Amino acid sequence: MKWVLVAVMVCATVLSDLLQSYEMKRAGEQTVSARGLARVLHMIVQRRLLILSVACNAVSFFAFMALVQTEPVSFAVPVSASSFVLETLLAKFVLHERIGSRRAAGALAVLAGVVLVGG
Amino acid sequence: MTNPIARPGAVLKTYFVVLLFLALRAVGNSAMAWGMKQVPERVSMNPALYLRAMLNPFVAMGVAALILALLTRIALLSLADLSFVLPVTAIGYVIMAFLGKVLLHETVTGRRWLGTVFIFAGAALVGSTAPDTTPPKEHAQ
Repeated sequence: MKWVLVAVMVCATVLSDLLQSYEMKRAGEQTVSARGLARVLHMIVQRRLLILSVACNAVSFFAFMALVQTEPVSFAVPVSASSFVLETLLAKFVLHERIGSRRAAGALAVLAGVVLVGG
Repeated sequence: MTNPIARPGAVLKTYFVVLLFLALRAVGNSAMAWGMKQVPERVSMNPALYLRAMLNPFVAMGVAALILALLTRIALLSLADLSFVLPVTAIGYVIMAFLGKVLLHETVTGRRWLGTVFIFAGAALVGSTAPDTTPPKEHAQ
């Protein structure tokens, strides 16, 4: 059961972030003033992919909550960091982001750090 | 090349939004953790318990801050790559470990400090790359 929850959590996180990044690249630069955030909220309501991404966010959150009810946080946090690797790869191949050696090395160092902090 | 990141102002704005997101999430998580300790019932699958927990002012403040954090992160993804945002915002793990030590007097082990150093080093490495590398054609005009 725990690996089902992990799979649900990782897939929902990856899908949520990919959809948000894809949609926001198309939406253009946004601001974080009160008006800017209200505009982002309005965009979420209007764009189906953003609604889906927020729903995936919720699924990921509840899967994490369910996981920490039965498993220790020292398992849940590092295992949730596995979405990191998957997302970075998909950012390259799906979102066409340029991931140079410095960014790849940094992402791997962060991944190692998250595993150590959570473990 | 009309990549927005060519402008130094855009880079500064990106870092400002990263800091705002980290602050909102830290405040949200701390307020939520503090408030949930004061809620007598254990929340489970019953949604009514979640709603009742939100009557606690700290939980309500935490939820509001986390909603603002979510909107800020979505706005951040309009300014920077996903592969930039993920490692840089992982600094949040370090902030939570620090707050856990200071506010909740948790013990931070050597292994955790080592992890913190890795996260800082990795985030600094990624932070030194251009936040937005998406080809201009991927951005809407």
